[in-house]
Amino acid sequence: MNGGPRIVRDVRRSEPVSFTFDGSRIEAHAGESVAAALMAAGVLSFRTAPVDGGNRGVFCAMGVCQECIVEAGGQRVESCRLEVREGLVLRRVTYG
Amino acid sequence: MAEQQTPPISPIAPVAPVDVLVIGAGPAGATAAIKAADTGLSVVLADEQKAAGGQVWRAKSTAILSAPSTPESRAGDDLRHRLSASAATCLFDHRVWQIQPLDQGWMVALTGPEGPRVITARTVILATGAQERIFPVPGWTLPGVIGLAAATALMKGQMILPGQRVGVAGAGPLLPFVAHEILRQGGEVAFVADLNGLADWTKLTPQMLRRPGLALRGAGWLARLRAAGIPLLYRHGVRRITGDGRVEQVEIGPVDDRWKPVDNQQTRSFRVDAVCLGHGLAPATEATRMLNCRHDHDPALGGWHVATDDLGRTSIAGLYACGDGAGILGAAAAPVRGRNAAKAVLADLADKSGAGQTSPASNLRSVSAFGRAMTSLTIPRDGILDQITPETIVCRCEGLTRGDVEAGITAGGVSPNALKSDTRCGMGPCGGRFCQETAAMLTARLTGRPVEEIGLPTARPPLRPLPIEAVASDFDYDELPIPAPAPL
Repeated sequence: MNGGPRIVRDVRRSEPVSFTFDGSRIEAHAGESVAAALMAAGVLSFRTAPVDGGNRGVFCAMGVCQECIVEAGGQRVESCRLEVREGLVLRRVTYG
Repeated sequence: MAEQQTPPISPIAPVAPVDVLVIGAGPAGATAAIKAADTGLSVVLADEQKAAGGQVWRAKSTAILSAPSTPESRAGDDLRHRLSASAATCLFDHRVWQIQPLDQGWMVALTGPEGPRVITARTVILATGAQERIFPVPGWTLPGVIGLAAATALMKGQMILPGQRVGVAGAGPLLPFVAHEILRQGGEVAFVADLNGLADWTKLTPQMLRRPGLALRGAGWLARLRAAGIPLLYRHGVRRITGDGRVEQVEIGPVDDRWKPVDNQQTRSFRVDAVCLGHGLAPATEATRMLNCRHDHDPALGGWHVATDDLGRTSIAGLYACGDGAGILGAAAAPVRGRNAAKAVLADLADKSGAGQTSPASNLRSVSAFGRAMTSLTIPRDGILDQITPETIVCRCEGLTRGDVEAGITAGGVSPNALKSDTRCGMGPCGGRFCQETAAMLTARLTGRPVEEIGLPTARPPLRPLPIEAVASDFDYDELPIPAPAPL
């Protein structure tokens, strides 16, 4: 798809769909986690941190650390628990 | 609680109480639910993931239509098949955020795809599993640094590699598993840096042979990593991770037998696009801390864990715990512990006087030998604190450095709650799960006390962050009762 780290050998995936992250179009598969889809597209920085301002992305990948949150429909959601669907519009969370 | 009128917290009214609510659908919780349902109890099983299996037997995402099976995927499929054939009601994609005692039983508040709901239950089994312990090191907040357990979740569930060229570092059995899985699935492993020495592993050979199949698989992983020419660096740890907004380079160096960095001339740097870092598992204690259960500290069981009897009864009647959340014993022991907890519930509900008599399945010690050996590789050694420079962020949520945290401790924040009030360490959205242990070890070092004396912070609801809309019902401001102002 884009040279990203999706495992391909003997793996069949659902239909390709696309969503946007901060206006960039991301190609992915319906039902995969947004966190995985962004990583596969080479996007590692999902937001900035409120205090130190550093870039943050996926850390625990299982809904504990809250590092991978993105903005979806005005809410902050963990991208590792959010499933990709066609037309999803997501934004980076930034502060200040 | 009788004198207190609990206000309704959800628009969905509680229905008749179920006999048992199981929280967590990993191998322990799902087995407990199946066993309890098989004996005729009414059972609800809730999990925040979208399918049963927990982390170790994690289900694939719905984006994966077909993929080659592995021993873990087959074990998970078997569990999910048995669960769907049982009478237990499953609530996946549901998060428990509050558990409250009632006169009889428990009220549990959840959020799910259809909104909030409340379940009342006569008994609750907590099977909330473990979380990964990851010690700070300079650069560990950079995107591209993920946990070893995170790597397994991404590879098992999403079938995505952590990166194209990955450094694998830390301690414990996930090191060879993750490194080999990356290699097997077509990624590149730059190095494996293990804080333990080869001798730490070889002395566990007798226990590892209790699960000969898994021991043999592990030996195969190491052989293939060696054959691929990947540097397997024992008694080595990460010194720093650097990059411009994402991981680009990692520096590795030797450590001593307390895991303290030594020989600064002997470091090596690797170009990587991801680092998988982890130092073992710690029991998830937020729910049992919130409910004021008794906890014990045992490094051999992952540190702090809820105290239970042989069958999983906690110090609070009607509340049970099983699986790694009640002390890390590993995946093979989890179903045994789940069955034991179901037995205890059945006995106690039949015998209202309280502790119904029943005996635990006797083979817990033998099935947990392998898991206990693996946990022993991850008992934190205090020299690891020396990899954390004063400028390194310790509390990721609040952006607090080691220097900030130590200043708080020195100023009197010598208990987790005092340190939290003082500095906000552990107050962020992760609930202290990734800084608590480091902060306790720093406190122990600075105060000269053993780490178990430092204690645990209080846990409060919500157990997970949740949007306020999830718990506040629709209302107009006009409907809000506004009390008359107090007379002047």
